[in-house]
Amino acid sequence: MKILYHIGGYFYHIGGYFIMLRKVFGKFTKWNVLKNLILREIDVLIIGSLGIVSFISFFVGGVVSIQTALNLENPLLPKNLIGFTTRQSVILEFAPTFISVIMAGKVGSFITSSLGTMKVTEQIDALEVMGINTFNYLIFPKIIALLFYPFVITVSMFLGIIGGYVASIYGGFCTSTDFIEGIQIDFTPFHVSYAFIKTFLFAFILASVPSYHGYFLKGGALEVGKASTTSFVWTSVVIIITNYIVTQLLLT
Amino acid sequence: MIKIENISKYFNETKVLEDISTHFERGKTNLIIGQSGSGKTVLLKCILGLFDASKGEIFFENQSLNKMNSKQRSILRQEIGMVFQGSALFDSMTVEENIMFPMKMLTKKSADEIKMRSNEVIKRVNLINSNKKFPSEISGGMKKRVAIARAIVMNPKYLFCDEPNSGLDPKTAILIDNLIQEITKEYKITTLINTHDMNSVMEIGEKIIFLENGKKGWEGTNKEVFKTENKGVENFVYSSELFKKVRKVYLKP
Repeated sequence: MKILYHIGGYFYHIGGYFIMLRKVFGKFTKWNVLKNLILREIDVLIIGSLGIVSFISFFVGGVVSIQTALNLENPLLPKNLIGFTTRQSVILEFAPTFISVIMAGKVGSFITSSLGTMKVTEQIDALEVMGINTFNYLIFPKIIALLFYPFVITVSMFLGIIGGYVASIYGGFCTSTDFIEGIQIDFTPFHVSYAFIKTFLFAFILASVPSYHGYFLKGGALEVGKASTTSFVWTSVVIIITNYIVTQLLLT
Repeated sequence: MIKIENISKYFNETKVLEDISTHFERGKTNLIIGQSGSGKTVLLKCILGLFDASKGEIFFENQSLNKMNSKQRSILRQEIGMVFQGSALFDSMTVEENIMFPMKMLTKKSADEIKMRSNEVIKRVNLINSNKKFPSEISGGMKKRVAIARAIVMNPKYLFCDEPNSGLDPKTAILIDNLIQEITKEYKITTLINTHDMNSVMEIGEKIIFLENGKKGWEGTNKEVFKTENKGVENFVYSSELFKKVRKVYLKP
């Protein structure tokens, strides 16, 4: 019975999520107001994330190349494999997926806690009483701002490969020529398209799933903290499942 | 005028409001009083349309809220001003931006007109010199003033206040009460105040509804509250020795 109750709960939330999405695209806020909200969200969610994304990408790119180099024990394997592996890992999975999971922690928790705080301090009720479509006013700008998320991922891809290059060269694992040759061999442009298709889907998930958790929060300050954690967990789960489905559909 | 007929509200199996009927007149400060958990906030939220009543009907100037579609409700809400218990000011906006917000969102007024109207309202609630401050930089009493200013900036027909005095010192509480009453008279608004502040009951309660366990226990004015023999009201209003003495003095021939 308890399992059935839990399953029912999941369906309730999935239904609630889609009803919320319908309302987000309902009555629109005035463009003059919306424009400023979108710009503010771009600043907070996109520009504000560049620092941490750059830092993580550079060092993880470096680690990927070192790990690859250390595992190339067979002398018959060419050294350009380090560049090749770094490129493939960064473009296919690290930048779009791993960074999105990190962003679920940074951006997702921020969205949930800010909406949750607005909820518990009755700011959302105040908007509602004014006759404003709160879903559109609060959530739509976040979705639009995250359409710029592929820019973050592009930066991540670039810095991940640069990190790999720096680590390989200064670690003495391969030459600059080997690494550059490695990142050029067997290049499939569709892999980049695949990465950006995923990125757009993840961007939508990053904006909408945490918004659902924040908007429908019940309780007080303690619940805001709990909701941020739950939001991170569920955003990550949805990203991972979507990643699997998209990979299955596009690469097999 | 707001009229409510046989309003009941259930949350799952729990009955929060039961069969409440009354009306609230224009230009008067109408108070809903009762102990914590008696259903005051739920009643206010039902009238506002934030909660749908499980039974009964609510009329705004003879127009049934239940029969309004979302567009009509949206128009009605533009005629409503609300002062929330915690003020509910937008943290990311200054005092002035908070006050201008409803006009920016809901009207086609020019920036100059919006500025002019907001200055008028700021002056009305005595908030000059605080325009550029953020809500976190002002006191509780000032926050209430900003909330009142934001609520009246659109010239509403109806003003709802959820415990406007909570967390304020007695002097500021009286100032806020008087401000609400003055605004009610000045703009001829139908004002509903949710409170358990006894000073408010005595000072500005032109009509008082007493809720007891989700039911209407009593209805009257601040003058009648002294004379009532209703046990619920007596226990609630005259729970302190001070108010018992005040009542004795008042009823002395």
